[in-house]
Amino acid sequence: MDSNLKVLTMSEALSKGEQVDILFWVGCSGSFDDRAKKITKAVAKILHKCNVKFAVLGAEESCTGDPAKRAGNEFTFQMQALMNIQVLNGYEVKKIVTACPHCFNTLKNEYPELGGNYEVIHHTQLIQELINQGKLGLEGSQTYKGKKITFHDPCYLGRANDIYEAPRQLIEKLDAELIEMKRCKTNGLCCGAGGAQMFKESEKGTKEINVERTEDALETTAHVIATGCPFCNTMMTDGVKNFNKEHDVQVLDIAELIANAADL
Amino acid sequence: MISSILFLLLFIGGSFWFTKNALKVRFNVLLGRHVDRSDNKSERWKTMLLVAFGQKKMFTRPLPAILHFCLYAAFVITQIELIEIIVDGVSGNHRFFYYSLGSFYTFMISFIEVLSVLSFIATLIFLSRRNLIKVPRLVKSELNGWPKLDANFILIAELVLITFIFMMNGADEVLYSRGLSHVSEVTGSFGFAISQAVGPLFFGNINSETLMTIERIGWWGHIVMVLGFLNYLPYSKHFHIVLAFPTTWYSNLEKKGRFTNIPEVTAEVNKMLDPTLDPFATNGDEAPPSRFGAKDVTDLTWKNLLDAYSCTECGRCTSSCPANQTGKLLSPRKIMMDTRDRLVEVGDGIRSQGKEFNDGKSLLGNYISEEEIWACTSCNACVQECPINIDPLSIIVDLRRYLVMEESKMPTELTGMMTNIENNGAPWQFSPADRGNWINE
Repeated sequence: MDSNLKVLTMSEALSKGEQVDILFWVGCSGSFDDRAKKITKAVAKILHKCNVKFAVLGAEESCTGDPAKRAGNEFTFQMQALMNIQVLNGYEVKKIVTACPHCFNTLKNEYPELGGNYEVIHHTQLIQELINQGKLGLEGSQTYKGKKITFHDPCYLGRANDIYEAPRQLIEKLDAELIEMKRCKTNGLCCGAGGAQMFKESEKGTKEINVERTEDALETTAHVIATGCPFCNTMMTDGVKNFNKEHDVQVLDIAELIANAADL
Repeated sequence: MISSILFLLLFIGGSFWFTKNALKVRFNVLLGRHVDRSDNKSERWKTMLLVAFGQKKMFTRPLPAILHFCLYAAFVITQIELIEIIVDGVSGNHRFFYYSLGSFYTFMISFIEVLSVLSFIATLIFLSRRNLIKVPRLVKSELNGWPKLDANFILIAELVLITFIFMMNGADEVLYSRGLSHVSEVTGSFGFAISQAVGPLFFGNINSETLMTIERIGWWGHIVMVLGFLNYLPYSKHFHIVLAFPTTWYSNLEKKGRFTNIPEVTAEVNKMLDPTLDPFATNGDEAPPSRFGAKDVTDLTWKNLLDAYSCTECGRCTSSCPANQTGKLLSPRKIMMDTRDRLVEVGDGIRSQGKEFNDGKSLLGNYISEEEIWACTSCNACVQECPINIDPLSIIVDLRRYLVMEESKMPTELTGMMTNIENNGAPWQFSPADRGNWINE
């Protein structure tokens, strides 16, 4: 990896007396899943390129509790939440960015009532902000020029939090052709991972949900299926493999698209 | 005179019986747990006006929305005509407002007639969508039996009701043309948009005495149908015509992704995290522990229960559910129907046997299976789709909470996932120390 890229943890920043404007909440998938780590790196590169003063929690980060809560285990969720809030409040964190819509939703909507009040934004919103402020230029980038890209709405970004436009505006910044699936935005179909399904086998049925969704995506004849969620990424990648299309169709996070286009 | 008395008896009896049953429904809904939905009133009025009154969410599927709007508009506007029917019925008059309202009367009745014709056509299309075309969401297995009968019965009753209106107006029109109408001694026409053509067409060759009988059958038939319909509502899915309004007013105004945090759990977890707390100390006034999550309908909130009575089983939720589309057992519509059926059973039981009523049955287990609730991806498609903001997801989550926290029953992989979160702060078995590895890889 780029040796110029330095990523500080909150404790390192504190001991060095460095100012931190925003905490990058990496999430479990972004920390441990090999595919999702690439998304994490793309986000870090973009933040670094734009001179955003950010830090991560590193070993002090812990699961937000989202999968436990969706599966009905309120105890485990609140244990995680209250411990995380102690850490976050200890560092006096004001603003958090995350590349995982599940972490995003939990931190933004469910932590405040438990004493964790932060400004929480999704990475697509932050990147859009940075581009609009002129901190990241994509002018003249040929990487995705004219390529057909479709966007799969993560449920916890879209329906759960009404964010549909930020990722789409970023795709347009790539000078690419955004093609919508027949089911998109409020009507978007789940990838099948939410509600703790990621961690279990699905119930008996006639089809896997990610296969159904991948059909929607392949129907658009897009070159790239863009997502904004590491779990959707896994499900869509598996779906594409199911149709033996992995050499024709890429599944990429919006952050990866931007980082590639900006040659980071 | 006799007819006035008969009308009054019918009207008072019908209203009384409806009120009695409506109060039963209210009693049943209030068996649910407390939840505060009285905040942000201006937003709530706005939501109700847009979603219930304006039918905003119906229009994501234009064809049924337009058909439904015809019926809805006819239903709302016809209430005005009902005022005259009541006044006529009590006073023994005939078309009480005909002279006092003049041309406005003609306009109103014409408007109602046009809407009635549109409703008649819409109802025929609705019947064929259910019985001939068999639109998938309208023929799913959870509708077998009573729900299917209920739906067809309502549609047929609507056809009968509209037929009565045109018997009344059509026969009266022909009588008027013969100078025999109650409103006038001379010959003429009411000039109502539809019946001035339909009347002579159907009734032109019928003798006047029979016509008077037909007119009366139409008039009495209309009011009997209206009162009958009113009293059918509390037993039927069709109660949505009333309950859609409170249901949308009390909508969840939070972001859909936000699940409730159980406050009793917060208290417990805070104790566990407080090193200074004596674990054996008790202040003596702690409330007895309530059940975590929901096993039966009385563990759900009153809003969940109101939702169940408001659901008209249109199945938009189920048709948009990813689990249902891929052949899993879960159907959000069935969750609402089961909740209602069980609530009726529990409500009747409590009224006859008191608060201690226990029939050994419960919503989870006897009505909704574990397999159904574990198939949910919590994607909120059902909540998004519901034309009146019903929230099946919150019921599913509460049932999961009961299973996990009270019975420790869940798919084995989930037990592993939760243990991992508790032991190493991630749903997989990785060490927290490795969280930063990506930086240098």
